[in-house]
Amino acid sequence: MAIDWQAFWLTLQLAITVSAVLLVLGLPIAYWIAFSPRRWKFLVEAVVALPIVLPPTVLGFYVLVALGPRSPLGRWWISLTGHTLAFTFTGLVIGSILYSLPFAVQPFAASFAGVDRKLIAASATLGASPLRTFFRVIAPLSVPGLITGTALSFAHTMGEFGVVLMVGGNIPGVTRTVSIDIFDRVQASDYAAANETALLLLAFSFAVLAIVYGLNRKPWLIGPVK
Amino acid sequence: MHSGVQLHRSFASLRMTGSVWLMVACLLLSATLGWTQEQEKEKKSSPELVVAAAADLSVALQEIADGYQKQSGVQLKLSFGASGALTQQIQNGAPFDLFFSADMDYPRQLIAAGAADQASLYQYAVGKLVLWVPADSPLDLDLKGINALLDPSVKKIAVANPQHAPYGRAAVAALKHAGVYDRVADRLVLGENVAQAAQFVESGNAQAGFVALAHAVAPAMRGKGKYWEVPADFYPPLVQGVVVLSHSQHKKEAADFLEYIKTKDAAELLRRYGFTLPQ
Repeated sequence: MAIDWQAFWLTLQLAITVSAVLLVLGLPIAYWIAFSPRRWKFLVEAVVALPIVLPPTVLGFYVLVALGPRSPLGRWWISLTGHTLAFTFTGLVIGSILYSLPFAVQPFAASFAGVDRKLIAASATLGASPLRTFFRVIAPLSVPGLITGTALSFAHTMGEFGVVLMVGGNIPGVTRTVSIDIFDRVQASDYAAANETALLLLAFSFAVLAIVYGLNRKPWLIGPVK
Repeated sequence: MHSGVQLHRSFASLRMTGSVWLMVACLLLSATLGWTQEQEKEKKSSPELVVAAAADLSVALQEIADGYQKQSGVQLKLSFGASGALTQQIQNGAPFDLFFSADMDYPRQLIAAGAADQASLYQYAVGKLVLWVPADSPLDLDLKGINALLDPSVKKIAVANPQHAPYGRAAVAALKHAGVYDRVADRLVLGENVAQAAQFVESGNAQAGFVALAHAVAPAMRGKGKYWEVPADFYPPLVQGVVVLSHSQHKKEAADFLEYIKTKDAAELLRRYGFTLPQ
């Protein structure tokens, strides 16, 4: 009947880890998408957007096979650590990063692309390196997009189910996330507990999103909004 | 300058609107085509039975259904899953006509809830639990049996979720019977049903798993693994029952298919897939 707090904290850890990694990993990808002059850029954009279209089970299945001992990548990992990535927290993090990638990269790239090119050009003519221009001009002007992307990848990972079901193995405290816990309770006809946990997840997710969008509203606006 | 940017933006939005319309048109077209096909099917086809079945039947029942389809012309649609999960769906109004469980408890639960017909309950098979390892595994199952799981090379052991899968319950019972449950409990990984437990082993992510004999002997799995039959006294027998569901619109066809399950042909097929038949 009681809420499985272990599963809740685990999910929270997973979501924080994944959105933090995506904030770091997503910046260069989004930068490249926003500013690269390459013609085949659209192909990379399509690959980044794939997880939106693919069923999470397909993604989970690929991750399971790619991380397993039948693949070179999996064998390399096993020789390094002595165990497979599937059924571990790290395995979930990798699956979730792929799963939430577009939810971070797309808002990042959109806000980078929205930065006035004249400001970037001015920064360059004043002698700033591209890296300095990025951190002093582009990133500060893109803060709302960065917050949105990070919040979306966080929320998306909180509610993740299919990938975890495929690669998690449902181990308490390691890979049993809240969504898996709710699923199990429904299958076991324990509707009361499922309801309680689902309501907690709903309230928590709403609170996080409300806080983030609330913070995102005023202080960062540069010009008037129509 | 400013208006230049705006002009550019409005062009972009125009382009976007164009592609959105194209997408809407595609969706409408495919929906219409799908609908016409559906209509044609309705017109000429005989009734269709929608069957929910335990995951251990995934190969055997498909073959039985193919044979029956040829013989009777009745279309069969099969859905596989953990028996507990399917029971849950049925109780919430899933439109199945028949339910093949991997135990007797779930069908009885459905009968008690008024969701299935008492008179139709039939024991169609007894499932067998096996310990399954990949073909290249160094474990000697014939020599050590269930104790092979104590080997340090076994990092993960796949079982079906005992909360809602009868094979998962049988696996836990067998481990407890052998007195090794406490020593391996932290290495268990749970598949949503017994087929996923098999898949965890097949993909190499778990070094051993408890699966249905039906999976170990299925053509797609043969040669990929070695199995050890868990002795029958290690776990309560997996007597499997089938019931016709109360809200089925095709009770007559469902009853006919049940009669076919009782024939020698169907029984022979079940036996070939590692099931024994109830006396």
